[in-house]
Amino acid sequence: MDILFIIQQTLSATLGVNAIIFALAAIGLNMHFGYTGLLNFGQAGFLAIGAYSVAVPVISFGISLWVAFLIGIFNSILFALLLGVPTLRLRADYLAIVTIAAAEIVRQIARSATFRDFLGGSDGITGKFASEFFDLNPFKQGLTTPILRFSGNDLWVVITGWILVALITFIMWVMVNSPWGRVMRAIREDEDAVRSLGKNVYLYKMQSLIIGGVIGSIAGFVYALSRQSVQPDNYGTALTFFAYTVLILGGAARVFAPIVGAMIFWFLIVFIEQVLRAGVTSNIIPDWLIGVNQVGQIRFMLMGLGLMLLMIFRPQGIFGDKKELALDAKA
Amino acid sequence: MQKHNSGADFALTTSQTPGSSKPDPILIADKIARQFGGLTAVNVDHVEIQRGSITALIGPNGAGKTTFFNLLTGYDSPNSGTWSFNGKALNGIPPHKVARLGMVRTFQLTKALYRLTVMENMLLGARGQKGESVLRSAFPWIWRSQEAAIQEKATAILKNFKLIEKQDDFAAALSGGQRKLLEMARALMVEPEMVMLDEPMAGVNPALKQSLLEHIKELRNEGKTVLFVEHDMDMVHEISDWVIVMAQGQIIAEGTPATVMGNSQVIEAYLGAHHDTDLTSEGA
Ligand SMILES: Nc1ncnc2c1ncn2[C@@H]1O[C@H](COP(=O)(O)OP(=O)(O)OP(=O)(O)O)[C@@H](O)[C@H]1O
Ligand SMILES: [Mg+2]
Repeated sequence: MDILFIIQQTLSATLGVNAIIFALAAIGLNMHFGYTGLLNFGQAGFLAIGAYSVAVPVISFGISLWVAFLIGIFNSILFALLLGVPTLRLRADYLAIVTIAAAEIVRQIARSATFRDFLGGSDGITGKFASEFFDLNPFKQGLTTPILRFSGNDLWVVITGWILVALITFIMWVMVNSPWGRVMRAIREDEDAVRSLGKNVYLYKMQSLIIGGVIGSIAGFVYALSRQSVQPDNYGTALTFFAYTVLILGGAARVFAPIVGAMIFWFLIVFIEQVLRAGVTSNIIPDWLIGVNQVGQIRFMLMGLGLMLLMIFRPQGIFGDKKELALDAKA
Repeated sequence: MQKHNSGADFALTTSQTPGSSKPDPILIADKIARQFGGLTAVNVDHVEIQRGSITALIGPNGAGKTTFFNLLTGYDSPNSGTWSFNGKALNGIPPHKVARLGMVRTFQLTKALYRLTVMENMLLGARGQKGESVLRSAFPWIWRSQEAAIQEKATAILKNFKLIEKQDDFAAALSGGQRKLLEMARALMVEPEMVMLDEPMAGVNPALKQSLLEHIKELRNEGKTVLFVEHDMDMVHEISDWVIVMAQGQIIAEGTPATVMGNSQVIEAYLGAHHDTDLTSEGA
């Protein structure tokens, strides 16, 4: 068993591209769910819109990648309005239903044969749409150390990605601690009380939906750039629920929760996988118990078990305050 | 118990009949009806609330008091009727705009914002906050000085309401009575012209009740109008200038506390209900 290899793989995933994508997706959900109490079960839809919005304009229309980013942000605002206008005046559960359906619709449209020429059908889009971004990379040789290893492209995504995460987190931190953030948290507690104090709750909820959605679409940018391809089936409901897992792992309504949650999530997934794989290949784990092909499934089972234990023993997440969570019971 | 101030004086000269007109009404409602399926919860022909007075709205359980509050403040819409505040028609005006016009309510089932601190609950009430705009929120130097001023005001009100030691506690950590106090204190942060309190005294202990009464009287001294729902007749007697009685959705009597409580129709509305449940099975 090569322990150094396991450490290298695990650490690289903890700080890697996927952790960035999930951190961003969860920052968006934190705005929605953690601070405003909006149940958005369609975050994957925002990621998909972000991802397709950078790939399609560049590949199909020859538009510059930088303009495509703006298109992506514009599209995600449009998507948020589309979801919010009919539902935000209604009870919270309506948003949950509509978002989960809308995200699926986005994915189905993306993979449909009708738009195959533009969106690539179920094969998605693969191509050089990210060249403008990678041309700027000063670290083309990548990074290779015994404990950390990134390819040239990945290193560039990782560096710019974490800077972006830090920037967005900082802005979020300032905003949620402002009077504006106070209105958001108040809406999470009781909309009608906030209305009675003269605040336009609908407008605030719409702002929350848009901001969290735009951050989700930025996660989609990173997803598309890092792979230099967009696959529709990567943007299914599971993606949304993993993002929720990341958020709850860290502790909802904590500004650093998405970052730490995403790191822990990917640390665990890769660590468990690597250990199992090493165990199986070196015959420490017998073949009749776990085969090589089952490692992928079993890591998620163990992950689920771990999350269950977390919810039992630390339901408030890593950063959360147990006292605060208990208040939720509306005693 | 007779008070001598502008808010109370009107009572001496106003006709003590349901729907009577007041010398200077701040709120006027006309032909307001609200049906829930077959049930007519509210059916108010005409009512006026005198500016600068303390008016009590009383009536047995299920009389329609809370529903009437909901209608007036935009939380519910009537099947028919019109009403106006300070001469401005309120039909179809959403709750937050009603509040901005200066009519602020509290709720029978207290709506403290649990995972906000007591101080945050208070600060939320202030109007015209620069930092509440999404664009300005990210630049604290724009709103910091205003925030400090609001905090000062909140501190003064919290001291008044004996909640200042609790300012950093979550609202969920307050007792039921303290939450009632907080909700009222928070409503005052909006600087309303008219305060509508739905059972402000329910669950508040007698000592605290006394101080709450003082706060309500204080509001009148500041020239504000108070309309409140209450079941405790001693309280109603002690502070109200005027009493309006609702039963089965209608206003059946109004007048000074002494007159209204001697009114046989009112006694019947209250006691009749009890006699019915005790003796015969169904009333009218
Ligand atoms: N949303 C609703 N749907 C159906 N019926 C309702 C609704 N709200 C109120 N009612 C009915 O309307 C009538 C008036 O209720 P309301 O809550 O206004 O009474 P109230 O005078 O405030 O009573 P209490 O003193 O007990 O608070 C009751 O018969 C109640 O059952
Ligand atoms: Mg009531």
